[in-house]
Amino acid sequence: MAQNQFFVDSDKLSTAALKHKHLLEDNPSARTNHMEYMEGMERISSDIMDKVISAVKSYDYGKYTAADVKRALDSQTCSIEDFKALLSPAAMPFLEQMAQKAKSETSKHFGNTVYMFTPLYIANYCENYCIYCGFNCYNDINRKKLNAQEIEHEMKVIADSGIEEILLLTGESRKMSDINYIGEACKMASQYFRNVGLEIYPVNSDEYRYLHECGADYVTVFQETYDSDKYETLHLMGHKRVFPYRFEAQERAIIGGMRGVAFSALLGLADFRKDALATALHAYYLQRKYPHAEYSLSCPRLRPIINNDRINPLDVHEKELCQVICAYRIFLPYAGITVSSREQKHFRDGIVKIAATKVSAGVSTGIGDHESKYEGYIDEDAGDEQFEISDARSFDEMYSDIASEGLQPVLNDYVYV
Amino acid sequence: MVQINGENIDAAGKSLKEYLEENGYIIEGIAVECNEVIIPKAKYSETVLSDGDIVEIVSFVGGGEESDSFMLGGKKFHSRFILGSGKYSMELIKAAVENAGAEIITLAVRRTNTKKNENILDYIPDNVTLLPNTSGARDAKEAVRIARMSRELGCGNFVKIEIMRDSKYLLPDNTETIKATEMLADEGFVVLPYMYPDLYAARDLASAGAAAVMPLASPIGSNKGLATKEFIQILIDEIDLPVIVDAGIGKPSQACEAMEMGAAAIMANTAIATAGDIPVMAGAFKAAIEAGRSAYLAGLGRVLERGASASDPLTGFLRD
Repeated sequence: MAQNQFFVDSDKLSTAALKHKHLLEDNPSARTNHMEYMEGMERISSDIMDKVISAVKSYDYGKYTAADVKRALDSQTCSIEDFKALLSPAAMPFLEQMAQKAKSETSKHFGNTVYMFTPLYIANYCENYCIYCGFNCYNDINRKKLNAQEIEHEMKVIADSGIEEILLLTGESRKMSDINYIGEACKMASQYFRNVGLEIYPVNSDEYRYLHECGADYVTVFQETYDSDKYETLHLMGHKRVFPYRFEAQERAIIGGMRGVAFSALLGLADFRKDALATALHAYYLQRKYPHAEYSLSCPRLRPIINNDRINPLDVHEKELCQVICAYRIFLPYAGITVSSREQKHFRDGIVKIAATKVSAGVSTGIGDHESKYEGYIDEDAGDEQFEISDARSFDEMYSDIASEGLQPVLNDYVYV
Repeated sequence: MVQINGENIDAAGKSLKEYLEENGYIIEGIAVECNEVIIPKAKYSETVLSDGDIVEIVSFVGGGEESDSFMLGGKKFHSRFILGSGKYSMELIKAAVENAGAEIITLAVRRTNTKKNENILDYIPDNVTLLPNTSGARDAKEAVRIARMSRELGCGNFVKIEIMRDSKYLLPDNTETIKATEMLADEGFVVLPYMYPDLYAARDLASAGAAAVMPLASPIGSNKGLATKEFIQILIDEIDLPVIVDAGIGKPSQACEAMEMGAAAIMANTAIATAGDIPVMAGAFKAAIEAGRSAYLAGLGRVLERGASASDPLTGFLRD
């Protein structure tokens, strides 16, 4: 199987730093145990990780046949076995039927609505070495952390464009972007936006509770891959290396009082069929344990980053991505599905008609550059981007494109209580 | 409190004319009796209602028969079709309301919590009564907060309580709903609780001050029809409030059937939102609901259980 070449050395790194980087890359025994919690990391009592991991380990997608797929498409409710069949290669010839069924499920639960939001990155400092990510601590990029005035300015610019739902993001550095800093950003965001979500490093449940009190109500954490052995080879250093703590982030967020949580594997890092199964089961089992919470899935594919434009999602082509999204919809008809600007216009326009219920618009993954991007000039002072986006449509363009397809763009459908 | 058509209504201090106009009465078609005295139409504006008055308002249609209507919160409604406004484009709301002949439209308070150009309220015709719902509430306290918000947003004092603690099926939580009904009725809301059709819960809702009960026919959005038929029939038979069948009605024929059973009204959203032509489906529901209502009023003929009744009676052998 083809592999991505992730390792890039910057000539700005000191000899000692380079030596450490190479040691981590070349010598697994130099890395910490990724299954061991670090100091300060809360441990909750939960069997969900074991359930998900064992289901994924035993998933042999090669054994499913066309008959299994047909049975899954014909059944009233989609069982886990049905879902496994829909994710298998045997389902590829049934993609159109899957899309038809997915569309009907989507319209039952969401009608013709498509929610819109935009991400706002407030800092790109990161303490982790995740080899595929533009923010990784060894990557030579412009780092920036917005101060309160800069955050407010970005929020004004975004709110003026018409956006009502914001997703606040940081690089994963507790040191540079501590909980208080993020909490203040949430408070400010709830002045400018109706709905505030967070995509930050995983935190303890009391910290989620604090951030909820500051106005945030949704938490997104990408597990990246659910294959813990593969995970270990991709996240070489930092707190993100701890697989179980990250896995349990959504559960801690719900315990902390958040209304909704979102899940994702970054497709292209590992075996995408297994990762898709794990992502959906992660949400499925949590829904059974916490039925009051709201659940949603994202389906990002790997994208090129600064200093490595060859990174790509390997065998996850648009057809495979569509299969995954349709299977998600049929298995979890009530879950939100977000498709980000990692995908191109034609794909996003098509998939909102089938299964996606939320799209981003007016996106920048850089730091402090919304005004320059919206107005079309270069901001030398901006922090660099996490990855390259594929759909640069503004809020207005996105809004009218959705409406012209006969769908109903929804800016906000939420009250904070 | 003034007793109007048997209901205690906070109308003291208002002139009769004000009250009638606020509640959508057409002056030409009614007669009003106050404390057993008929009030001439010319005196409606100078007659001021005061505490303890007993008022009867009678409407006339055609040959003098009272029109078929039902009361909610002191307001009279002729249409028995409550239309939902979710899951379809807002530009279609007006056409759907017109084709449905709807006098009440539900809307999610959380959808009104938005900027002007997106505000669903701008799309709803003025003569329609708003029935805001508390979707998004997970317990009684949250429902009360959302209802208060709704009143502040100008959605009036009607509220449909929706409390869900399950994001998968969105089934209503009866226990929390009873609590919220009590709190909101105390605050002067006209409370219409969405509920699972349980007799005890319906009785508790009635004594908590609900203006109607809204039992579900099937899981919301499922279009599966009257899965809870037997239990809804019990509510219709036993509860002295309008029973409005809500959620799960997927086809006009199912709406018709519920009306034949004696439901006061039907609430539908997804069946219309997912139709090929939304305004046309709204019209189809209107016709079906009216047909079902007429059938109920006419009294259904008996249904033969096993094809035919025995021609030789079993008791034919009896002598004397």
